[in-house]
Amino acid sequence: MAEQTLPTNTWPANGVPSDLIAPGRKRLGFALMAAATLGLLAVIALQTLYKTEVTTLGFETWRPVVYAYLLWGVALGVGQVLTRGEDGQRALFLLPALLFTIAMVIFPTLFGFYIALTDWNLSSFSGRKFNGLDNFWQMLADPYYRNALFNMVLYVLAVFVEYVIAFGLALLLNAQIRARKFFRVVFLMPLMLSPVAVSWMIGKSLMEYRFGPASTLARTLGWDNPAFFSNPITARISIMVLDAWTFIPFMMIMLLAGLQAMSREVLEAARVDGATPWQTFWQVTFPLMLPVSVTAVILRIIFKLKLADIIITVTSGGPGGATDSVSSFIYREYRDRSNVGYGTMLAMAYLIIIVVFVTWLLKFATRFVRNVN
Amino acid sequence: MSVQTTDYTASEIRSPVSFVANRVFIYGALVFWAFICLFPIYWTITTSFKTAVDVTQGHLIPFVDFQPDWKGWRSLGLSPDSLFQTSTVREEFLKRFMNSVITSVGASSLAIIIGSLAAYGLTRYRYHFAWFKNEDISFFFLSQLILPPVVLALPFLVLYREVGLLDTRVGLILLYTLMVLPIVIWIMRDQFNSIPVELEEAALVDGLTIWGAFFRIVMPIALPGMVAAFILAMVLCWNEYFFAALLTSTDAKTIPVMVASQTGSQGINWWSMAALATAAITPLAVIGIALERYLIMGMTAGAVK
Repeated sequence: MAEQTLPTNTWPANGVPSDLIAPGRKRLGFALMAAATLGLLAVIALQTLYKTEVTTLGFETWRPVVYAYLLWGVALGVGQVLTRGEDGQRALFLLPALLFTIAMVIFPTLFGFYIALTDWNLSSFSGRKFNGLDNFWQMLADPYYRNALFNMVLYVLAVFVEYVIAFGLALLLNAQIRARKFFRVVFLMPLMLSPVAVSWMIGKSLMEYRFGPASTLARTLGWDNPAFFSNPITARISIMVLDAWTFIPFMMIMLLAGLQAMSREVLEAARVDGATPWQTFWQVTFPLMLPVSVTAVILRIIFKLKLADIIITVTSGGPGGATDSVSSFIYREYRDRSNVGYGTMLAMAYLIIIVVFVTWLLKFATRFVRNVN
Repeated sequence: MSVQTTDYTASEIRSPVSFVANRVFIYGALVFWAFICLFPIYWTITTSFKTAVDVTQGHLIPFVDFQPDWKGWRSLGLSPDSLFQTSTVREEFLKRFMNSVITSVGASSLAIIIGSLAAYGLTRYRYHFAWFKNEDISFFFLSQLILPPVVLALPFLVLYREVGLLDTRVGLILLYTLMVLPIVIWIMRDQFNSIPVELEEAALVDGLTIWGAFFRIVMPIALPGMVAAFILAMVLCWNEYFFAALLTSTDAKTIPVMVASQTGSQGINWWSMAALATAAITPLAVIGIALERYLIMGMTAGAVK
């Protein structure tokens, strides 16, 4: 993405430049930020003492700490403007999103790593106890978790089939056709529908064993026993189909935008040179579309790694955990067994795996695009 | 609907047979896929008007195969004859519906506000917080996209219980904002990059402050992008199931959770499930048809360079 940032000094200065700020105002700003920080720390300390039953003074829940954090954020923003003038005003653009994300991601993730090292089960009364790496060793020996990870590999590989279909549809929509807008809206429709509703509409109703239209069709086509979700392999394929139905439009729209941005002259030149449509596609269109394709596939893989809703609602992982994704497995670990500690360990391990995987994928994709072009 | 002007190339006109075959193939494929996209929706809507016999016999076409009946909608309290009577199911449904509306609109708005500000700052100014530069901050925001919900779900379950946000709409709004923020920042950064800096420079020379220039000059130009980001965020929040299923129980339950909680039970009421599913997908289907342009704009932001 093109960088358009400007060095700060090229801006005409209308606000107060930082060196012209009155020392009194500066002092006020620093005092405000210091007071807010002390206040926040004091509230946290007070609440910690109360919860550990050292003092009797405190609040019922930790919510006042959230309010204190909000106030601290406001004071920090005001302080920035007071002490740094226009630079502070610039920082104000970024501060809300930054403070929000840090509070919502960094702290819970760190807390998650702590929970992962405890044997916390909500249904047992003993509360949480630190148990070191026990969860980790249990995870390594867990065949169901390994199976879920293996399923994720299969589900991610299915993205390439989706990509081929999406590319085909994008080519169709890019051809000289009438009612293009109508077809575009219709093709986009599945993406708008909630995966849970889709699970019911297709997974539980259309694919119903006895009288679902999909089963009837399968019987007519010669499949005697169209049980879509009872055999591990067909169940996995059915889940992939359901997920593909919802998400193919996403890739299709990106690829269509790529096709429409392609210059007509190049295609025209290929035709003048006597290339067949088949040659034109492989020699011209496909290579030119490679950067868009890579973006679409990577985004789709990232979404695929979160796959859970459809599996939870259609098969709940069955038969025998055959269709489980990592997310749906952890969901049941919590829902059915209240196993917060172990579930969190699984989630954290998954996080590390996918961060490594996606980083590698991005590196690999950059090199791949550069080598081909 | 705009009719495309079709300019056929010389080679296509020269060989009419292959041209016709080509047309037949293209329209055949288009109609086939349109059928795949629409049939499940058609099936769901018609099933909501079927009685048990019509469902089990696989009847498809209303008035020909079967006589439509308000059965499904009556069980939701939304059919013409039951609309003015009290219905606990309808109250429940409307409550869930409102929860969905409030959480998705709230989260999308919050994400648009803080996301646009951050995206604007990142495209126009150079920051360095400690050793973090603009690229690092952008990467930090966008990398949140990778974070799977399952990683945050359990810690948030515990934290929300401690701060009293479990089963509240505010709690869901905060999480949904976090979920769509990277996408909003991604779209808005692309938007602001396409606006020439000279406009703001002129505004600053005319005496506006940098915030004044943002609100009075940049915002109006970036408005279509903001609408696109808002709608995309709405879609994602409306359909979200995972967090809602884990973090809500009675008060803040959303529509997807309500739909899912009905599917598990034995002896499904086909007609009422179909009515519920139809009601759950209708708002977004309408948005998808009416605002398709913005949706596509949002999805393709930054994809094509």
